[in-house]
Amino acid sequence: MATQMIGSSIKRVEDPRFIQGKGTYTDDIKLPGMAHAVFVRSPYAHAKITGIDTSAAQAMPGVVAIYTGQDTQADGVGSNPTGWLLPNLKVPPHPALAVDRVNYVGEPVAVIIADDPYIAHDAADAVHVDYDPLPVVAAPDKAMDGPTIHEEAPGNVAFDWSIGDQAQTDAAFANAAKVAKVHLINNRLIPNAMEPRSCVASPGPTGEVTLWLTSQNPHIHRLIIGAFVLNLPEQKFRVVAPDVGGGFGSKIFIYSDEIVVTWAAMKLGRAIKWTSTRREANMTDAHGRDHVTDAEMAFDANGKILGFRVNTIANLGAYPTLFAPAVPTYLYGTLMSGQYPIPAIYCHVTGVYTNTVPVDAYRGAGRPEATFVVERLVDLGAGELGMDPAELRRVNFVRPDQFPFQTQVALVYDSGNYEAALNRALERLNYADLRRQQEEGRQQGRYIGIGFSSAIEACGLAPSSVVGSLGAQAGQWESAIVRVHPTGKVTVQTGSHSHGQGHETTFAQIVADGLGVPIEDVAIQHGDTAQSPFGWGTYGSRSAAVGGSAVAVSVKKLQDKIKRIAAHLLEANVEDMEYADGKAFVRGAPGRVKTFGEVALMAHLAHQYPPDLEPGLEATTFFDPTNFTFPFCTHVAVVEVDANTGAVDVLRYLAVDDVGNLINPLIVDGQIHGGVVQGIGQALWEGAVYSEDGQLLTGTMMDYAVPKAAYLPMIETDQTVTPAPQNPLGVKGVGEIGAIAAPAAVVNAVVDALKPFGVTHLDMPVTSEKVYQAIHSQAQGA
Amino acid sequence: MVPITLSVNGKQYTSEVEPRLLLVHYLRDTLGLTGTHVGCDTSQCGACTVLVNGESVKSCTILAAQADGASITTIEGLAQGGKLHPLQEGFWEMHGLQCGFCTPGMIMSAVDLLQRNPNPSEEEIREGLEGNICRCTGYHNIVRAVQYAAKQMAAEPA
Repeated sequence: MATQMIGSSIKRVEDPRFIQGKGTYTDDIKLPGMAHAVFVRSPYAHAKITGIDTSAAQAMPGVVAIYTGQDTQADGVGSNPTGWLLPNLKVPPHPALAVDRVNYVGEPVAVIIADDPYIAHDAADAVHVDYDPLPVVAAPDKAMDGPTIHEEAPGNVAFDWSIGDQAQTDAAFANAAKVAKVHLINNRLIPNAMEPRSCVASPGPTGEVTLWLTSQNPHIHRLIIGAFVLNLPEQKFRVVAPDVGGGFGSKIFIYSDEIVVTWAAMKLGRAIKWTSTRREANMTDAHGRDHVTDAEMAFDANGKILGFRVNTIANLGAYPTLFAPAVPTYLYGTLMSGQYPIPAIYCHVTGVYTNTVPVDAYRGAGRPEATFVVERLVDLGAGELGMDPAELRRVNFVRPDQFPFQTQVALVYDSGNYEAALNRALERLNYADLRRQQEEGRQQGRYIGIGFSSAIEACGLAPSSVVGSLGAQAGQWESAIVRVHPTGKVTVQTGSHSHGQGHETTFAQIVADGLGVPIEDVAIQHGDTAQSPFGWGTYGSRSAAVGGSAVAVSVKKLQDKIKRIAAHLLEANVEDMEYADGKAFVRGAPGRVKTFGEVALMAHLAHQYPPDLEPGLEATTFFDPTNFTFPFCTHVAVVEVDANTGAVDVLRYLAVDDVGNLINPLIVDGQIHGGVVQGIGQALWEGAVYSEDGQLLTGTMMDYAVPKAAYLPMIETDQTVTPAPQNPLGVKGVGEIGAIAAPAAVVNAVVDALKPFGVTHLDMPVTSEKVYQAIHSQAQGA
Repeated sequence: MVPITLSVNGKQYTSEVEPRLLLVHYLRDTLGLTGTHVGCDTSQCGACTVLVNGESVKSCTILAAQADGASITTIEGLAQGGKLHPLQEGFWEMHGLQCGFCTPGMIMSAVDLLQRNPNPSEEEIREGLEGNICRCTGYHNIVRAVQYAAKQMAAEPA
């Protein structure tokens, strides 16, 4: 029997090109006669544009063209739409280039097209724009009292949304023995994919255009830009996402830059490249999180959670981008039950517009925000009840015999064993001993904290039946073509996209096992709308669970066809055929056999086939899951706080995750490490800061603290495995759970460390300054 | 325009460059060596790291004109005779990369690190790579990749 590929930590197939500098990222593409675009961006957060003088810039040698919002408007360039029309969502127009008003710092006002990028930058500096500044609102909790940004949205309210039962929840609180409360901020984040966004648009001779783009979902880009913004027919519009250097959500959305560059390339009949600088990235990539929340959790005297009430203001920034309305609603309110059978939940969310760059999905998207609220309150509840936080979680978990479990906030959890993950974590930590060390440390003035986060996520976005019933207009299935060539080599085309996840390896592992072929014989193609069938791309931890399942189903279809072809060749009954290890054979007569290679060849040299057997060996699947998958975990952070400086040191981080079956454990661990570190980053260092007048104060990597190697410990990982029942691979998705779980684990740990000082909550990022102030003010107050 | 002559990956180049042209743009746009990446504009991220006369340098921080006469090694010049450098091997073996964008700069910085300290501790590796940012891996497997390479290089000195 050949080595089982699924479950093996094989080295990644894609790596040789990356480690030798041979990847092809968008900015690496160079076309003959290619011009370069640079945008003139608003320095004001809110202003009227009263005039644009481009004459000096226009006169500079090497400048090809300069366009403003008047030009795009005159050409009928459409508004950049949002994809999730919540009930009563107020949708203002979102022009590609601002016409008479700007609503955030960095909003594009004009574009320079020049022969050389340096010239284009010079010319952008020479464009003179007259602005008449308007009052600004940047903070979500001030938005409703701020100046109106869009006349379509009075009070800057984009939507008012709720889930759960308010009356039932109020009644639960009336019966509570203890209530834990918190006012918390989920800090605004800048995604910081290492590759800045970039695009190259190349027009063809008869109206065709190819757009190379840093995209997580090239088909969505083609659909939205083609059908909704530029009126480009799909058969003439090709979008290619080549090697993409990380996304974390930020490369899902439709950005003005790529719309304008595509439009300008067609207008000029010339290829144009635009590549973001990091400062532009910080100003214009959709940010994440940015919630202000009041939440309360009610407990009975034994610690059972009775009710949960959440009121959140979510900042959408200046415009509603592609997924933005779904993130603080469908992906947030529906997760408020956590790992617990909370009998009464009410979650109310107000989405607001502000004079900041749009806020949309960032790694975890809604689920980290929900987890943070739930897991902070469980810890606060433990404090109120005088219970150990691990024990409080244990007494509340949904038990294995309760699945499928219907929550009070729409979701049905399909499977799980939450206590097993907690137990594994406690064993690995030697928990009782760790608590003893903590106590001893306190005697010596060492402040160690232990923080838990038992998180759940709904991923594998998104079963059409479930999201449809929640009001979404589309589900998100995924496609896969598995094509066997005459010599038995295999090409897979997937609508999913890898920008670091390793599809070229994991999807090939699925095919290698299913067809019994060497993994070297399998090539995975993704990212080109001219190759792969329509698919929804990669986000929401969906690639393996939905895209991988589509591959697995196609492989199953091929197995069936191989059996039929082999039965024909062997003059056997197809019912008597089996397929294993690359061989189709007659059951009970293993000598009557056709190898995969023989069948592949004969599928193409087909002759004298029966009328119901088609030649060829290829299968297409569009896989629509029946439910989300529900990965879960217990993560534990152990931190030490220096009471003299407020500095927080992460001593240990343990992640026990249940992401279902593992296709490639090496890749799974890598995803956990990266997600956890983004979550630690959010908890301790990262934060996008706008001043009151809407200036982005964290505009570069000098001001925005992306985690560095020296800040971090090794990340300890472990797994429990509860296979997902909803898909043929039993996988759940692993891309986001680290970022979902870690913020609560780390903040809970810091607060635990500061228990002797009476600190009960600190907002993220928990900087040394905040910790120092908290110790100091509590000490003074005492 | 400024005339420059320099060696890149063992090959001699003579060019006329704008005085303000950054070395990284010279490598990427003039020579077509696109393995060296640009990830920021404030010399924080290290994606553009190359070796200049054997030492790691962020190629966005110097002008092409300043590299006149220098000998430069980029990621494309690291493998010798078709054999991967132990660090390239280490990153592959230990899954030290995901999206791959920071990888060339990370590897070039690590080359310099191991030249200066052939047997670094975990802490020394983390400090040595502080000038390179990775958003995907959480650095865990990058540390393991460098440890792997250090071990390989100790076993088979170049």
